[in-house]
Amino acid sequence: MLEIRDLHARVEGRDILRGIDLTVPAGEVHAVMGPNGSGKSTLAHVLAGREGYEIQRGRVLFAGRDLLAMSAEERAREGLFLAFQYPVEIPGLSTALFLKAALNAVRKHRGEPELDAIEFLALAKVRMARLGMDERLLQRPLNEGFSGGEKKRNEIFQMAMLEPRFCLLDETDSGLDIDALKLVADGVNAMRGPGRAMLLITHYERLLEYVVPDAVHVLSQGRIVRSGDRTLARELEEKGYAGAAAPRP
Amino acid sequence: MPAEAKKVRDLLSPEYKFGWTADIEAESAPRGLSEDTVRLISAKKGEPDWLLEWRLRAYRQWRTMVEPRWSNVTYPPIDYQDIIYYSAPRSAKDGPKSLEEVDPKLLEVYAKLGIPLKEQERLAGVAVDAVLDSVSVATTFKEKLGSLGIVFCSFSEAVREHPELVRRWLGSVVPHTDNFFAALNSAVFSDGSFAYIPKGVRCPMELSTYFRINAADTGQFERTLIVAEEGAYVSYLEGCTAPRRDTNQLHAAVVELVALDDAEIKYSTVQNWYPGDAEGRGGIYNFVTKRGRCLGRRSKISWTQVETGSAITWKYPSCILQGDDSVGAFYSVAVAANRQQADTGTKMIHLGRNTRSTIVSKGISAGRGQNTYRGLVRIQKGAAGARNYSQCDSLLLGDQCGAHTFPTVEVHNPTARLEHEASTSKIGEDQLFYCRSRGLSAEDAVSLIVAGFCKEVFKELPMEFAVEARKLLGVSLEGAVG
Ligand SMILES: Nc1ncnc2c1ncn2[C@@H]1O[C@H](COP(=O)(O)OP(=O)(O)OP(=O)(O)O)[C@@H](O)[C@H]1O
Ligand SMILES: [Mg+2]
Repeated sequence: MLEIRDLHARVEGRDILRGIDLTVPAGEVHAVMGPNGSGKSTLAHVLAGREGYEIQRGRVLFAGRDLLAMSAEERAREGLFLAFQYPVEIPGLSTALFLKAALNAVRKHRGEPELDAIEFLALAKVRMARLGMDERLLQRPLNEGFSGGEKKRNEIFQMAMLEPRFCLLDETDSGLDIDALKLVADGVNAMRGPGRAMLLITHYERLLEYVVPDAVHVLSQGRIVRSGDRTLARELEEKGYAGAAAPRP
Repeated sequence: MPAEAKKVRDLLSPEYKFGWTADIEAESAPRGLSEDTVRLISAKKGEPDWLLEWRLRAYRQWRTMVEPRWSNVTYPPIDYQDIIYYSAPRSAKDGPKSLEEVDPKLLEVYAKLGIPLKEQERLAGVAVDAVLDSVSVATTFKEKLGSLGIVFCSFSEAVREHPELVRRWLGSVVPHTDNFFAALNSAVFSDGSFAYIPKGVRCPMELSTYFRINAADTGQFERTLIVAEEGAYVSYLEGCTAPRRDTNQLHAAVVELVALDDAEIKYSTVQNWYPGDAEGRGGIYNFVTKRGRCLGRRSKISWTQVETGSAITWKYPSCILQGDDSVGAFYSVAVAANRQQADTGTKMIHLGRNTRSTIVSKGISAGRGQNTYRGLVRIQKGAAGARNYSQCDSLLLGDQCGAHTFPTVEVHNPTARLEHEASTSKIGEDQLFYCRSRGLSAEDAVSLIVAGFCKEVFKELPMEFAVEARKLLGVSLEGAVG
């Protein structure tokens, strides 16, 4: 589904990604862990098509297509979704209006009929209930004044609505209380399936107890320095990155 | 011109109906402004003496005044002696012969706004024989209004047909001495609109300059007067969402509204004059004086405006709340993109008891645009129990533009209650990336955000107008991001 080869990226004259190789096949869930500042969010932003990064080298194939040649909105319409580490507030724009427009842009691209307000609301309410979210958030300006946990859940809610093929979650678990974490994990698990792949960026092994990954990678100083199965996450939790992240032989 | 086409044209343009066009078609006044210019204009229009005297008083006053420079806009000095103050209505042969001769950029915008071809030709000033459709619309429209006693015509026609009404109310809200631009307008105004709604009549349709003007060019000094008698109601629409070009750079219009006991006037404007190119060259300077007088008890006047055009906008639609329990409102969206400068706002002057006013101002700045809100709420001594609510929001698209607010409050009665809210939000790269990462293009994202930002104002506009205005904002701000 996603194939990253020797990806190098700079921002503001600094090398942040220094040769990333990573493949996430369809149907699999991979986790990326790594110290603060190692480049995890940068990788997520580069994959989602944020401007301002200089891609010096490397290529990324998404479902067989050249991902880096697409604009951010094309990537989203093609089914790539990023749950932001820091969701952005947009004053004055209601969550419902925003998401309905986004969903219809994606549906149009897929050749599906657009949803009207009533169909949209019906669907949104079901999805929100599953995530234990208050429906009233729909009428509020996007993320404005949302609590930290509400923002994170709102990301997963959007993901559930847009039904992407590739889900990129950047520290969605940070800032969630235990009950919310379970609800979000259930939401993520519900979306696992043969046609979909996921990359979870996280600092905590706890998320991976609920959403069991097929592989775990350690990102350090802009490179994947170690990969393993889910036990690697526990090892990291116990020993810390310094003790566990010895480069692959 | 074939007879049939001429008939159509006569119906559409009141000027032709009165047969004075032929006399003046060849002529225009020499450049510059003097008493003679004023006399010439008045004579050409066959005006009564009192109106000429009124114009002359305005002219003499204007000569003693200096152009205001307090607003937050900059422009090169205007040479008032280099302007032609009177010219015959532009005849068809001066305009482009077909849409192929019209600036493709303009046509592109028309297409985006979904304006029908015939309409595009009219807006671009192409010489066309009027479509029969719009003739019948205009005619039925006039008949229907006439049967209710409503007068709705050009200002010149009103001077000829209803001189007593014009004489009674002209200058009663904006005196000819009011300000530099209003005095200039009073001296040289070319034409404009007049509406009179008799006692107890509710105007059954939105009055729109669109129906009246059609092919006519009202010129750069436009004058509008609307009077609503006791218990009357009217909703008036000015302007057009399509961009309009004009060879005259300076525009100085005056609009006066008068509402008697229990009357209500809703005045909505969509202003989309040519803003100039990306560097601001060639745009219209729009210096407008708009004011309403709530003369009667429980009368209501509301101004709703969507200002997207012009290189410079200088405009403060105001309400004088004279009658007890009268209500004034100002709802505004003003856009300043590229090099545009907008200095706009309102004045609410509370004179009567228990008068109420609402101000909702939404300023959008993009590119290198500068947007200024300037407002005054004055509660006079006698205005016991007066209330005002003001809300003043700014939206910045990008980081090279600016928003400025200058709200002023003067309270001379201790029982007054005033509330003020203000906010500034910025749409930057972060917000746009967030939207794009969900599948929305930057343009779609901006129009969504802007529509959300403006919704309190749009809901005051008549339905179809609101839909158009929303589209218009999208088009105006296209390219303002990313
Ligand atoms: N726009 C930028 N300008 C300058 N430096 C940047 C920019 N964006 C990221 N960086 C730097 O790149 C490095 C990697 O940042 P990134 O956000 O990818 O880290 P992370 O692995 O997600 O960290 P965390 O675990 O704290 O979220 C950091 O040192 C950061 O300061
Ligand atoms: Mg991060």
